[in-house]
Amino acid sequence: MLHIQNLHASIDDKEILKGIDLNVKAGEVHAIMGPNGAGKSTMANIIAGKEEYEITQGNITLEGEDISELAPEERAHKGVFLSFQYPVEIPGVTVTNFIKTAINETRKAKGLEDMPAKDMLKMIREKAALLEMDRKFLSRSLNQGFSGGEKKRNEIFQMAMLEPKLAILDETDSGLDIDALRIVANGVNKLKSKNNAVIVITHYQRLLDYIKPDFVHVLYDGKIVKSGDASLALELEEKGYDWIKKELA
Amino acid sequence: MKYTEDDLEKELENQEYKYGFYTDIESETFAKGLNEDVVRAISKKKNEPEWMTEWRLEAFRVWKTMEEPDWANVHYAKPKFQDIAYYSAPKKKPKLNSLDEVDPELLDTFKRLGISLDEQKRLANVAVDIVMDSVSVATTFKKTLGEKGIIFMPISEAIQEHPELVKKYLGTVVPIKDNFYAALNSAVFSDGSFCYIPKGVKCPMELSTYFRINEGGTGQFERTLLVADKGSYVSYLEGCTAPERDENQLHAAVVEIIVMDDAEVKYSTVQNWYPGNKEGKGGVYNFVTKRAICETNAKVSWTQVETGSAVTWKYPSCILKGNYSVGEFYSIAVTNNHQQADTGTKMIHLGKNTKSTIISKGISAGKSQNSYRGLVQINKRATNSRNFSQCDSLLMGNECGAHTFPYIEAKNTSAHIEHEATTSKIGEDQLFYCNQRGIDTEKAIALIVNGFSKEVLNKLPMEFAVEAQKLLEISLEGSVG
Repeated sequence: MLHIQNLHASIDDKEILKGIDLNVKAGEVHAIMGPNGAGKSTMANIIAGKEEYEITQGNITLEGEDISELAPEERAHKGVFLSFQYPVEIPGVTVTNFIKTAINETRKAKGLEDMPAKDMLKMIREKAALLEMDRKFLSRSLNQGFSGGEKKRNEIFQMAMLEPKLAILDETDSGLDIDALRIVANGVNKLKSKNNAVIVITHYQRLLDYIKPDFVHVLYDGKIVKSGDASLALELEEKGYDWIKKELA
Repeated sequence: MKYTEDDLEKELENQEYKYGFYTDIESETFAKGLNEDVVRAISKKKNEPEWMTEWRLEAFRVWKTMEEPDWANVHYAKPKFQDIAYYSAPKKKPKLNSLDEVDPELLDTFKRLGISLDEQKRLANVAVDIVMDSVSVATTFKKTLGEKGIIFMPISEAIQEHPELVKKYLGTVVPIKDNFYAALNSAVFSDGSFCYIPKGVKCPMELSTYFRINEGGTGQFERTLLVADKGSYVSYLEGCTAPERDENQLHAAVVEIIVMDDAEVKYSTVQNWYPGNKEGKGGVYNFVTKRAICETNAKVSWTQVETGSAVTWKYPSCILKGNYSVGEFYSIAVTNNHQQADTGTKMIHLGKNTKSTIISKGISAGKSQNSYRGLVQINKRATNSRNFSQCDSLLMGNECGAHTFPYIEAKNTSAHIEHEATTSKIGEDQLFYCNQRGIDTEKAIALIVNGFSKEVLNKLPMEFAVEAQKLLEISLEGSVG
């Protein structure tokens, strides 16, 4: 599904990613862990196509197609989804209106007609129920005045609506209380299938109690320094990132 | 007619125009320049009664003593008023045989605005079949209005057919000496609309100048007079979302509204005059005076979407004369490229328990300058009056400007006045967020702008709102590189 090869990237001439290699197959869940400033969010943003970063070496392919030069919306149309660490507010644009626009723009890019309002409504109801969202929530302005938990839930709601091939969850667990964490994680688990893949970026083990990763990677100073199965996350939790730093030294 | 020494003096002043003028009088366009003879000739051309001619002449005399205002936050080369022809017969656009002959760029805009094929033909001046929808609609429309006793016609016709009404109300809300442009308009107005809603009548449909323009064509100096008699209601739509590429550079319109006891008027405008090109060349100067007077328990709402013109100078205002009267102003002003807008409102509270609301949304892009200027005045006897104002500005890019000039004068201690203002910028983060969801940048801007403008768009009649929404989109195209 996703194939990242020797990826180097920088911002304002400062190199952040220093040679990332990552293979994610359909049906897999990968966790990326690492200390603050390791480059986790940068990696997520680069896969999604944020323009302020410059790819200096390497490439990113999605289902065999090089996407490193595509605009962010084109990557989205091809099935890349990023759940933002800090979702932005858009005053006056309701959650419903926003997701409707996102879906129809994606359909338009694929040469499809707008989704009929009836189908859209049905889908919105289903997915809102999946994430135990109040109907009133859908008519509020996007992320405006949302609590941390509501913002993250709204991100996963959009993921559910857009049905991406590759979902990257950037610290979706931050700012969530334990109930919200459970609801969000359950949502992600229900959306998982053998045809899509998930990359979970997190500092902590606790999200991985709910979303079981097939692989865990440790990102440190712009490189993946260690990979393993789910037990690596537990080991990290126990020993802390200093353990990795020492091992590398 | 009394001939005074003043008149003689003026005649001498204007001597240079004497020659050749009368020979020109029968032609369709008058010679350039403005003097009493030109004013008289305009009036004569329209076959106006003497009182109307005198009214125009008085306006002209007042105008001559006035100076063009320069307090607005706009900069432009002042028009040369003696270099303008003040009367020309409605220009006949070349008749086209099919839409294939129309400028493809114009057609593209029509398409994106969602304007029907028939309508496109009408706007582009393509010969249309007699079965064209709007013709039959217009006919039915007139019949329905007639049955209710509603008068809706060009003001030039109203001067002929209902002189008593026009004479009674013309210039009562915007006096001829009100301001420089109002005085000029009063002297030379070409045409416009007249509307009278009788006592207790609720106008059953939105009155739109659309039906009128068919007959007349808009003028450079438009004059609108709207009278809503006691207990009546009307929703009036002015303008058109389609691009209006008028060759006249100076536009100075006047709109007067009289809202009697318990009556309500909603006045919605979409202004999309030619804004000039990307480099700021050309474009219309739009200097408009709009004002309504409300009697007891009367209500007026101004809703405007301003996207066109190179320079806009416009302050639709409410005089809340009667007790319990209500004034509302909802505005979206978009400026892009080199456009400049100085727009807002005046809420003059005279009566007790009067209430006003101002919601202004300014959107600036490119190198444009967008100013809100508003006055809230609570007079001595206006006990228990309230105002709420909200002025929001949205900036796109780093080269545009947004300015807010709120003036508040409260002379009654029981007044309750609230003012809120915000300025925000469309951020890279917002755009990336939308992009990531599959929404491209143009569409994302449209979405953000529509969200920003929502409280005002919601005040527009439904079909108008949809078109206005698309218009905002088109006006801001290419504003983020």
